[in-house]
Amino acid sequence: MSTTRSRIAFGQTTRMAVVVMAMAMFLAACGGSAASPSASVDASCAKDKLALKTAGKLTLSTDNPAYSPWFQGGNEGATVWTGDYNNDPAKGQGYEGAVAYAVAAKLGFTADEVVWIHTTFENSYAPGAKSFDLYLAQVSIKPERAEAVDFSAGYYAAAQGVVTIEGSPIAGATSLADLKTAKLGAMIGTTSLDAINETIKPDTEVAVFNTNDEALAALNGGLIDGVVTDVPTAFYMRDAQLTGGIIVGQIPSTDELEEFGFVLEKGSALTACVSAAVKALGDDGTLASLLTEWIADKASAPVLK
Amino acid sequence: MTAARSARKGTLVAVISTLVVATLIAIAIGSSPSWPLVQKAFFDGTYFSTSLPDVVDAFFINIQLFVLAEILILPIGLLIALARSITNPAFAPLRIFATIYTDFFRGVPSILLIYVLGFGVPALRLPGVPKEPFFWALVTLVLIYSAYVSEVYRAGIESIHPSQERAARALGLSRFQALRYVVLPQALRRVVPPLLNDFIGLQKDTALVSILGVVEAFKQAQILKSANFNFTPLMTTALIFLVITIPMTRLVDRLAAKDRAAQQGGTR
Repeated sequence: MSTTRSRIAFGQTTRMAVVVMAMAMFLAACGGSAASPSASVDASCAKDKLALKTAGKLTLSTDNPAYSPWFQGGNEGATVWTGDYNNDPAKGQGYEGAVAYAVAAKLGFTADEVVWIHTTFENSYAPGAKSFDLYLAQVSIKPERAEAVDFSAGYYAAAQGVVTIEGSPIAGATSLADLKTAKLGAMIGTTSLDAINETIKPDTEVAVFNTNDEALAALNGGLIDGVVTDVPTAFYMRDAQLTGGIIVGQIPSTDELEEFGFVLEKGSALTACVSAAVKALGDDGTLASLLTEWIADKASAPVLK
Repeated sequence: MTAARSARKGTLVAVISTLVVATLIAIAIGSSPSWPLVQKAFFDGTYFSTSLPDVVDAFFINIQLFVLAEILILPIGLLIALARSITNPAFAPLRIFATIYTDFFRGVPSILLIYVLGFGVPALRLPGVPKEPFFWALVTLVLIYSAYVSEVYRAGIESIHPSQERAARALGLSRFQALRYVVLPQALRRVVPPLLNDFIGLQKDTALVSILGVVEAFKQAQILKSANFNFTPLMTTALIFLVITIPMTRLVDRLAAKDRAAQQGGTR
């Protein structure tokens, strides 16, 4: 019974896809139309010309668990250990969730044509074929990394902040000099680590944790005095993860802020199209309004001097 | 003369067959179309040489940890083994405790134990209780490996034929003296190779301290790996561990052969 129904449904979807595709091709033949809601960013980036993992679907991926404010909205009944997301990215909520769907729309995909799969940070850059088209999980764009994967244009410039708890030696710190004697911790693979070593230059070696959750456990246990992470995550830690959490401040950036970008397979034909889409979203103000919507006043903190 | 020649022939055959097998494996791997990608990701010369000093530096933490741990494990493991070997009914509680200890700490994954001890105990914020990750990593390794090592000791003690103890007792030695001067010297010599085997396992498990944020060799490699999206620093770490463990395994083989020769020397 159910198989029949699904077959009918499948038939309908196929037929609809054909109709949509025919319309898209017709519009493309006519030189396109700015009024089309799913206008592609470029003729060579037309949806039917994109090299996708699964034809007609845009396969997006992020790490699990996925954290607010990047992905949010929860996922009732999620069993994270069997592969469900704790914050379902398919809801399109949270800054990265919203950006992902905005980019998908720019490339001509409807929300139904977006598929999410779970990929760990490490697997996102392991050699070999990728199972996703686009991966986003607050990955900073770096030239060395670009030798292993492709990056899209950046969709967020991340400032780094210091978070601590009441009773910590740095709870009352107001300057970078106050942090010099502190034992600071950060998550592995983050630019937070560079920010500590290059800007704060603490006397004691930085503690490096596999996840932010472990860094917080160390903060609660007094193994470290403070955690350094990007500012929106610092606010989330203070508000949702810590009891008595305190934002000490924002670390001034020595050079240009590092940006988060989409990760793609090295040499992917999609990269240019995704970059164009991200840039277009930046130019038309979409990124700015998504920032206001999801991160708002949590993108910056008092800068430490 | 003929024996020497056949030995030389044997060596030649061994060399040729090894070379053939190695070449075939190299060709099989090299012929993979994505080998250049894998090579760049895992065996990049530049990343190897730039990661080496950092990883070697961090490896000193591993060395401190496994040397200190081993010094503690050897006597503690022996005490637990002896506690389990006592047959006197009055000491039953001690024997039961030792049995539960070995069952528990051999069974529980060390990674879980280090989480509980390293993050959990300091969070209690009890005065005077250390919170240093190095200390808790040491405690974890000592607890777990003492359990393993005690079983190795016990196997050694039980492998000594009961007639040895009875003969010693017949000569007027006390039960303790028989254990101390007759059973243990023979048992300990027998368990040196398996003990060194556990010691090698211990060396590799020192990487566990990285969970608590300590930047030892493995964590240092992971930091470099995720900074550059290149896995070569992990290979650097593997090499450093091999440089330490391979001579040790060869030494174990040597000791075992020597011991066998010493024991069989008279009867041959």
